[in-house]
Amino acid sequence: MPDAIKLRIKRQKDPGSRSYWERFTIPYRPNMNVISVLLEIQERPVTAEGNKTTPVTWDCNCLEEVCGACSMLINGRARQACSALVDQLSQPITLEPFSKFPCIRDLQVDRSSMFRNLIRAQAWIPIDGTYPLGEGPRLVPKVQEESYPYSRCMTCGCCLEVCPQFMPIRTEEDKKRNFVGAQVYGQVRLFNAHPTGQALAHERIETLLEEGGLAECGNAQNCVKACPKEIPLTDAIAELNREAVKQGIFGWFHK
Amino acid sequence: MATPRFIVVGGGLAGLMATIRIAEKGFNVDLFSTVPVKRSHSVCAQGGINAAKNLKGEGDSIGQHFDDTIYGGDFLANQPIVKRMCEAAPGIIDLFDRMGVTFNRTPEGLLDFRRFGGTRFHRTAFAGATTGQQLIYALDEQVRRHEAAGLVTKYEGWEMLSGVIDNQGIGRGIVAMNMTTMETKSFAAEAAIMATGGIGLIFGRKSTNSMNCTGSAVSALYQQGMLYANGEFIQVHPTAIPGEDKLRLMSESARGEGGRLWVPRADKPGARWYFLEEKYPKYGNLLPRDIATREIFQLCLDGYGVDRKMQVYLDVSHIPREVLERKLEGILEIYEKFIGEDPHKVPMRVFPAMHYTMGGMWVNGDKLMSNIPGIFGAGECNFQHHGANRLGANSLVSCVFDGMVCGDEALNYAKGLKNGSASVSSAVFEAEVKRQNGISEGLWKADGKESPYALWLEMGKLMSENCTVIRYNDRLKQNQDDLIKLQERYKNIHLDDQSRWSNQEFLFARALKNMLHLARVINLGALLRNESRGSHYKPEFPERNDAEWLKTTLARFESGEPKISYEPVDTSLIPPRQRKYD
Ligand SMILES: Cc1cc2nc3c(=O)[nH]c(=O)nc-3n(C[C@H](O)[C@H](O)[C@H](O)COP(=O)(O)OP(=O)(O)OC[C@H]3O[C@@H](n4cnc5c(N)ncnc54)[C@H](O)[C@@H]3O)c2cc1C
Ligand code: SF4
Ligand code: SF4
Ligand code: FES
Repeated sequence: MPDAIKLRIKRQKDPGSRSYWERFTIPYRPNMNVISVLLEIQERPVTAEGNKTTPVTWDCNCLEEVCGACSMLINGRARQACSALVDQLSQPITLEPFSKFPCIRDLQVDRSSMFRNLIRAQAWIPIDGTYPLGEGPRLVPKVQEESYPYSRCMTCGCCLEVCPQFMPIRTEEDKKRNFVGAQVYGQVRLFNAHPTGQALAHERIETLLEEGGLAECGNAQNCVKACPKEIPLTDAIAELNREAVKQGIFGWFHK
Repeated sequence: MATPRFIVVGGGLAGLMATIRIAEKGFNVDLFSTVPVKRSHSVCAQGGINAAKNLKGEGDSIGQHFDDTIYGGDFLANQPIVKRMCEAAPGIIDLFDRMGVTFNRTPEGLLDFRRFGGTRFHRTAFAGATTGQQLIYALDEQVRRHEAAGLVTKYEGWEMLSGVIDNQGIGRGIVAMNMTTMETKSFAAEAAIMATGGIGLIFGRKSTNSMNCTGSAVSALYQQGMLYANGEFIQVHPTAIPGEDKLRLMSESARGEGGRLWVPRADKPGARWYFLEEKYPKYGNLLPRDIATREIFQLCLDGYGVDRKMQVYLDVSHIPREVLERKLEGILEIYEKFIGEDPHKVPMRVFPAMHYTMGGMWVNGDKLMSNIPGIFGAGECNFQHHGANRLGANSLVSCVFDGMVCGDEALNYAKGLKNGSASVSSAVFEAEVKRQNGISEGLWKADGKESPYALWLEMGKLMSENCTVIRYNDRLKQNQDDLIKLQERYKNIHLDDQSRWSNQEFLFARALKNMLHLARVINLGALLRNESRGSHYKPEFPERNDAEWLKTTLARFESGEPKISYEPVDTSLIPPRQRKYD
């Protein structure tokens, strides 16, 4: 058993400044995850060389891989820091912020474009209101069981970070032009399958076909491998492709 | 009066529901949250949400749900509002169903229900074992609709620092800080709804809560004159997984679906002792949490824990894999991911952990408004509904119900206001911003010896050891002195990070001060309450004592200290009776 954990962390003071690396050595304890290592640095911000530094900043909340906040690159892989167990990682453990999203500071990135894309895709059920209107539609268990996995998408961004079609966001314009990514497909698939959600099915697919939509997907399948919730993203992409053809709004690009 | 504006602080279930209620009526809401609302703590809820829909032919009813809740709370809850909540619950489930929540279904396509603690009915609707996530996403989506329509403005990554209270003592808005740019600003509104959730971080890393559950905003209001009620009632959940950074919950739904608690028998090697089933044949593993927790705690203290450690087995390995996959996968995945053992095959090792606060900001029993007019409280951050002990799956329903009530009542209140926030002199807002800037400047300049994180862990240790399952007056007295010492040491703090950009240490240090004040409230309430009721248990006073203690604890902030008084509990609907489950 090692008595120390070695880390390399890519740091950046603010969006305008250059990134740099720092090394840390943390006393080993069993059952640590990357978050507890970062907490350790927070308490005693000293580099491996013994120099005082600032605590590393990162986002997190639930600590049980359900809020999606703590995504980062860990040993080069896009994943959540809370569910990354030190005992399963080779050392030195390398931590970097996601590369495709604008860096805010250290391991924090700005993923607000993902939420904005959910607006574009009208990712909601158009209910009349929250006043009492009786029961919801009946659904056979099979439909529920197929939809449930899509409803677990926590907007973590892993599927975008690994997608070859998803370009790094450097400017405000990039946010609008960019491919929406697998996450949005999963959500469109979810809402289009719902009896009430179907009302907007056509419009959602049309949105996907706009610049930054369905046409852009190169089908490398990286997204599905990276998704921590094992959401069948490529199934959604295939289904929506077929749906687009059926609706006759899918024309010249058949990949 | 100009068109009224509304502020909602908190984007969990309670805050999002309040936001929707107001936006749906065509009014503007400024919605504040430290995290993107979709990442709020409500996502952690696993097991489900209660409503007496009686879809299993068991004869469940709203009256039964009401009675279970009051009885489960050991008669400390004000009853009329709880009755309203139970009446609203079936409609709340229908609403979520209409919003597209992927609730589990019966073969006929109806909603499926499971059992939870403290009731003998199948009353809990669920979406796998990630119900909170599905519910909050449904509300998040509806809020996004209103955001697209321009009615909701989100301030994500803004932390509320305090309320703005005018010279007449009326709440007129809030002061908040941008957590990236560190800019501090005031925001005016006719009414502000607090929906800031739990306070688990007061117990350090030893709770099941998310990292932003500090209670800081509510504590700030308490220091501005808001009453804080029943602080001493802290729920410790019987089954959590040990962890370095937090104690992860293993939901009651594991037992609701047939999971069993056991330890190896000391007298017969190889044999199992199903200690709850043996002692409580009627409720078995589905006892209310306060009692199940005390049983596990005591059993481990007596040396019967697995490997003689503070742990017992929670076993679902006898349940068919197909059932586990359909109903519990979300939580079993957590165990597998974080512990590296497969609960389909081997029993899980669990122990109690701080989980929920029944206490919270005082709000009245009809409109959920605090003693500061214009400031409302919804969800876990208020004290209503759950009395001395919350039943599992009752929180989600109370959060949503509260959101509805607060949204509607805030609208009513604003309509009835003669002078809106626009009539308030800008000096009132400027003064509060100045006061907050003063606190910030103090911290920036601090050059003491103490680290905020180290102080936090010490506080967490003190609170976990003295203010959870078993409470003793001498230790609570000592704890009070120790907390005061921490407050003193806080004055000698320093920050390793001097950056004025996304400075998490600064924000944490700011919240820590507020956490310490709330810790004092919790501790003092516990010290004074000489009885045992629900989650509050003192071996020196093992019985519930209605003659002296059937009353709500009220903490008021006076010259830096909590001062305690009491008010009667409204027990007008169900006369208190002895509570037992065997
Ligand atoms: C692991 C776990 C499992 C649970 N399972 C269940 C269950 O199965 N059934 C059940 O009924 N209950 C369950 N509970 C309890 C339930 O999840 C919570 O009580 C409930 O979600 C609280 O919701 P809320 O809306 O009050 O607050 P939260 O969801 O905690 O949201 C609080 C919001 O306030 C914001 N906020 C806080 N402070 C500030 C500030 N200063 N400035 C700006 N914003 C701020 C946060 O950003 C967040 O958006 C569970 C709890 C835990 C910990
Ligand atoms: S399949 Fe499409 S969305 Fe997924 S990684 Fe490949 S290009 Fe990206
Ligand atoms: S689809 Fe999966 S990887 Fe992509 S954002 Fe959702 S949870 Fe994350
Ligand atoms: S902290 Fe929520 S996913 Fe890691």
